[in-house]
Amino acid sequence: MEPINEIIPIEMDQFLSTVIQFKMDKMRLVQICASRLPAQYELSYCFARELDMWTLRLVVDEDTPVPSITQMYPCAFLQENETAELFGVKIQNIEHDYNSRLYRIDRETPFKEKG
Amino acid sequence: MAKRSIVPFGPQHPVFPEPVHLDLVLEDEVVVGAVPSIGFVHRGLEKLVETKDYKEYIYIAERVCGICSFGHGMGYCEAVERVMNIDVPPRAKYLRTIWMEMSRIHSHLLWLGLLADALGFESLFMQSWRLREKILDMFDLTTGGRVIFSVNTPGGVLKDVDAYMLHQLLQTIDEMEQDLRPVSDAFLREYTVGTRLHGLGVLKPEDAVQLGAVGPMLRASGVPYDARKLGYAAYGELAFEPIVLTDGDSYARCELRLQEIFQSFHLIRQAVAKLPNGPIAVPVKGNPDGEYFMRIEQPRGEAVYYVRANGTKFLDRFRLRTPTTSNIPPMLELLKGCQLADVPLLILTIDPCISCTER
Amino acid sequence: MGKLAKSPWLLHYDGSSCNGCDIEVLACTTPVYDIERFGIINTGDPFQADILLITGGINSQSESVVKQIYSQMPNPKVVVAVGICACTGGIFKTCYNIKGGVDTVIPVDIYVPGCAARPQAIIDGVVKALALLEQKRADYAAQRRSAAQEGGIVRGADQ
Repeated sequence: MEPINEIIPIEMDQFLSTVIQFKMDKMRLVQICASRLPAQYELSYCFARELDMWTLRLVVDEDTPVPSITQMYPCAFLQENETAELFGVKIQNIEHDYNSRLYRIDRETPFKEKG
Repeated sequence: MAKRSIVPFGPQHPVFPEPVHLDLVLEDEVVVGAVPSIGFVHRGLEKLVETKDYKEYIYIAERVCGICSFGHGMGYCEAVERVMNIDVPPRAKYLRTIWMEMSRIHSHLLWLGLLADALGFESLFMQSWRLREKILDMFDLTTGGRVIFSVNTPGGVLKDVDAYMLHQLLQTIDEMEQDLRPVSDAFLREYTVGTRLHGLGVLKPEDAVQLGAVGPMLRASGVPYDARKLGYAAYGELAFEPIVLTDGDSYARCELRLQEIFQSFHLIRQAVAKLPNGPIAVPVKGNPDGEYFMRIEQPRGEAVYYVRANGTKFLDRFRLRTPTTSNIPPMLELLKGCQLADVPLLILTIDPCISCTER
Repeated sequence: MGKLAKSPWLLHYDGSSCNGCDIEVLACTTPVYDIERFGIINTGDPFQADILLITGGINSQSESVVKQIYSQMPNPKVVVAVGICACTGGIFKTCYNIKGGVDTVIPVDIYVPGCAARPQAIIDGVVKALALLEQKRADYAAQRRSAAQEGGIVRGADQ
């Protein structure tokens, strides 16, 4: 049987409760990734149990604050800091917030603009 | 009360070839906290995907890291191929598997050498790297490169091997297997090595999962997850079981990597025996459209390649989550409570690859 | 060959390299290539190093580190840029976080091209660095002698 690898679109109001549900199901955080849509951000949170992987897909406006999942998954702090610094996604309440000083790059949010 | 002090560690440090910086919070000699600061080798190469076409980008993807170079190229290609629904010829799949396992051998031997160096065991360091040169010679013979090969392309591989190369490869791994046994014994039975590694940095299985550990870190803690079991390339057709150890300490991580080298010898023999004839690549036409999350097992653990395409020759986004990114949070947990003198050793046991992490 | 060129100490720093050149630099110090046969010791301490091998291009973070390491090394010193990234920025030149080659922040004496630079090329570069080191030592000694004759030793006269 092919291992599961599916993307589940999700709304903001169900986001945290789903992450908590995943945590209770003893899932492992695989990765957090942002990509740029014309005026929005698309966030993908991948979770896995054994070989199966589910990706939560969240689409947010540029100024919409996104809650951090470090309360549930403390190991998310590096990738959340990276997303905030490189894309300018407003992620709130990160444990160990580097305040855009993780990579200490000269150019601000280089991934926000295309090209 | 113990005196608190903060010791800056790195970025230039004799044990690591790469720059990594940690602020260690100490109480007397014991570490109570560690704050990593990274970014010394951050280049921002994920951004280049917007200005290089998707076939050209493979050369950037390979240069994310010189140690895991083959795997990065393969992961990127497999992701693009899945987006474009390309069926790779079986011979290319087997060749990728053979090169991937050779990469694993070279990477693990490199790590063993660095571990011996961190222990101050100079001759063991030299022995490990002497063995590693043999596998590099085989890379040189089959691909023409020693660390960066450029043999992957969307749709297959660019170089074929002939009977002479396969014969040499099999002979070399037979020799290496014999030569590795005494080296392996030195790591596992030597008294001083044992006293430094036993019981150092124990990671419990539930913590390993919760903190997101991957690869040898996860398997040395008793969790049988190996992304090769997903069956990409030719792994679905080869017989192997992930190696799992239960102690979760540095010694277990060392032993696990040694056993994985022997497993890789076994996998290469299987793949060479089953290597089918036929073309090594299919022509790729058109541009990708769609997205895919690809997971592959790098020597350091599971890596995730995300490709998002929009129908033009430039991809929208390429994202790579490398094994070390996932292994840093468990490492920070392990550092708490260890002695200052053990810090380099503990950092080394996660097999950090900073240039992967920062890209 | 003078004393210094017979046993120079080597320091390696990774600017922002992909590791490819780094592991080749390390491979130079281990069996098969064995750079130690030229009397070279790989050290981790800038204060005792004569030759600085830098791999990878320079970004805004590694800039100050490279400058600091360079200033900590005693005179005379030779800088070898290993790999095409260290020479010019290479394949990553257009990245937003890469300033360019090592010569954008410190003077480079020897350029070793290649991606990744082969051990043979690195050894060749280091051997060239030995000759240059000897030359620099002679120049430095002559400079100090003439300065002493003119009255009073001027420290770091060549900088």
